[in-house]
Amino acid sequence: MAILVNKDTKVCVQGITGRDGSFHSHRMAEYGTHIVGGTRPGKGGAEHEGFPVFDTVAEAKAAGANSSVIYVPVAGAVDAMYESIEASMDLIVCVTEGIPANDMVRVVASLRGRASRLVGPNCPGVITPGVASVGIIPGRIAIPGRVGIVSRSGTLTYEVIHALTRLGIGQSTCVGIGGDQVPGMSFLDVLELFRDDPDTDLVVLIGEIGGSDEQIAARYIAQELGKPAVAFVAGQTAPPGKRMGHAGAIISGGEGTAAEKIAAFQAAGVPVGESPGQVAELVRARLRLPEGSGTA
Amino acid sequence: MKIHEYQAKRLFAEIGIPVPEGRLAHTPDEAAQAAQELGPPVAVKAQVLVGGRGKAGGIKLAASVSEAEDRAAEILGMEIKGLPVRSVLVERTADIRSELYLSIALDRASRAPLLLGSAMGGVDIEEVARTRPEAIERVPIDPEFGLRPYTAWAALRRMLGDPDLTRQAVRIAGKLYSLFMDLDSSLVEINPLIVTGEGQVMALDAKVNLDDNALHRHPQLDALRDLDAEDPRERDAKANDLSFVALEGEIGCIVNGAGLAMATMDMVKHAGGRPANFLDVGGSSRPEKVLHAMRIILADPQVRVILLNIFGGITRCDDIAQGLIAARTELGVRVPIVARLTGTNEQEGRALLRSVGLESAETMEEAVRTAVRVAEGGVA
Repeated sequence: MAILVNKDTKVCVQGITGRDGSFHSHRMAEYGTHIVGGTRPGKGGAEHEGFPVFDTVAEAKAAGANSSVIYVPVAGAVDAMYESIEASMDLIVCVTEGIPANDMVRVVASLRGRASRLVGPNCPGVITPGVASVGIIPGRIAIPGRVGIVSRSGTLTYEVIHALTRLGIGQSTCVGIGGDQVPGMSFLDVLELFRDDPDTDLVVLIGEIGGSDEQIAARYIAQELGKPAVAFVAGQTAPPGKRMGHAGAIISGGEGTAAEKIAAFQAAGVPVGESPGQVAELVRARLRLPEGSGTA
Repeated sequence: MKIHEYQAKRLFAEIGIPVPEGRLAHTPDEAAQAAQELGPPVAVKAQVLVGGRGKAGGIKLAASVSEAEDRAAEILGMEIKGLPVRSVLVERTADIRSELYLSIALDRASRAPLLLGSAMGGVDIEEVARTRPEAIERVPIDPEFGLRPYTAWAALRRMLGDPDLTRQAVRIAGKLYSLFMDLDSSLVEINPLIVTGEGQVMALDAKVNLDDNALHRHPQLDALRDLDAEDPRERDAKANDLSFVALEGEIGCIVNGAGLAMATMDMVKHAGGRPANFLDVGGSSRPEKVLHAMRIILADPQVRVILLNIFGGITRCDDIAQGLIAARTELGVRVPIVARLTGTNEQEGRALLRSVGLESAETMEEAVRTAVRVAEGGVA
């Protein structure tokens, strides 16, 4: 089954005529993702490089879309999220970066009581290897398997997927939740889905300095996940400065350093790798796979 | 972006949060003049964008006009945590009965603003949070309702006790929340919030941090930027859409994505090298961004090798390779380059690099090891 993205995912690309939207629509379609078309207000009814163009997300939904991916420039990205939320899309992936945090506070509040799931903003999206990809994760690096990945980073996620794939260890679903202060889905939201996914045997969590999301995730893994996990934390050597004055330190119950997060994972029995390659080795050890074999 | 105390206090005064009367001074003469107008005793406070001013000797009291001039002369000559003090705020002193703490910040966990308060305000609030967490009031704010008088009443009553003082503090909290939302702030903080001998609640200090992603909506706030407080190379980077932090080492790093950039720095350290910088070229890289990145890194004479680590997603490897080639032609690069390109359009990118005699490493581990070896005087 995997999570969030499966064979029934039908995608509307918001901003399909832009440089990034256009490029990645082709990449997603080549990967086998069902692209219903995309939106570009004013160009509805036309075609863009073979993809149908709609004026609004509601029209794309009427044509069969159940998910959205947003490549709209930052000035229009908040409206794009609201449009997909009002259209009740099942999954909304926002790739756009640079969105003000207070705008995201309002967007996240508007999701309450609705079934839509928002991944991002400032994220690489979601890929279920061998099935479909929604976002910008390069499909070539992933192979189907039974390891779930959730990450606050973009390119670092690719690095870990790549390292697993090199060992022949496949992935069930990889989710990049984005590094912004106010994300749609959190580590916790994604871990809940992995807990209930019969196709995921182990979860890799990729965190970074700042905040306390990793500590919260570590507690959840220890108490609720019911599956083994492996973690990576970026920023062990980063200079201080990612903290937000006193209030930030107080909220996170500390400084949000890599050392605190690593200690939280270790206390929860979650091994922490020092490099993407080592994370892959730890996964192999946890799954008790002999060297040179995988679950793919 | 951070702004100075005097600027934050002007924002407070505009919306009706009580602050002590004060004047900004750039010279001891101006400070004496300000003390004269306000009437001593006064406080003379260094305006620098770092915490811990008081402990560093940047805040002094003056009982007379001539003392204010002397204290200003001392403070204006200081450097606090590497930043020169270029101005002081001269303020009428207050009769302090008690010191409290009040702030609003975004809480990542609830993805909403959070009001924090404590009856134990003053410089050591972080110590209080660590050792006596029960002394910190936390009031989550639902953005659909906002911070209304009833939202903060119970917590502030516990902090202040007296109903009239509580009413004043509730009004301040509401205004603080308006400021937080209207200015797209990431933190508004009053430490200390004081109760005066006359029974007035007042902000004795003011801190306002602004969300860089929203500054384009507030040109009047962008004008408050203190260029002295920013590293000129970091400013240059920002103007070119790059995220850059200067460090002490010899290995110049160009990476796409903040997480991968930090992981690359971590691995350089683990391999025995020292990163010269953090640099994230961001997504959707235009070739010019690599050119700017190279220019900024090469301005550091300590840099002995450039480590380019790109895992293309929305960033295309061919764009990066074109930028690198343009940089070699236009800047005359004086140090070896260790490149690692993989991901979107990697074949095209590697072919471009090969056409100018540059090979690309397979993995990040391999690229990092090579860069560390080169920085130590070895060959690529």
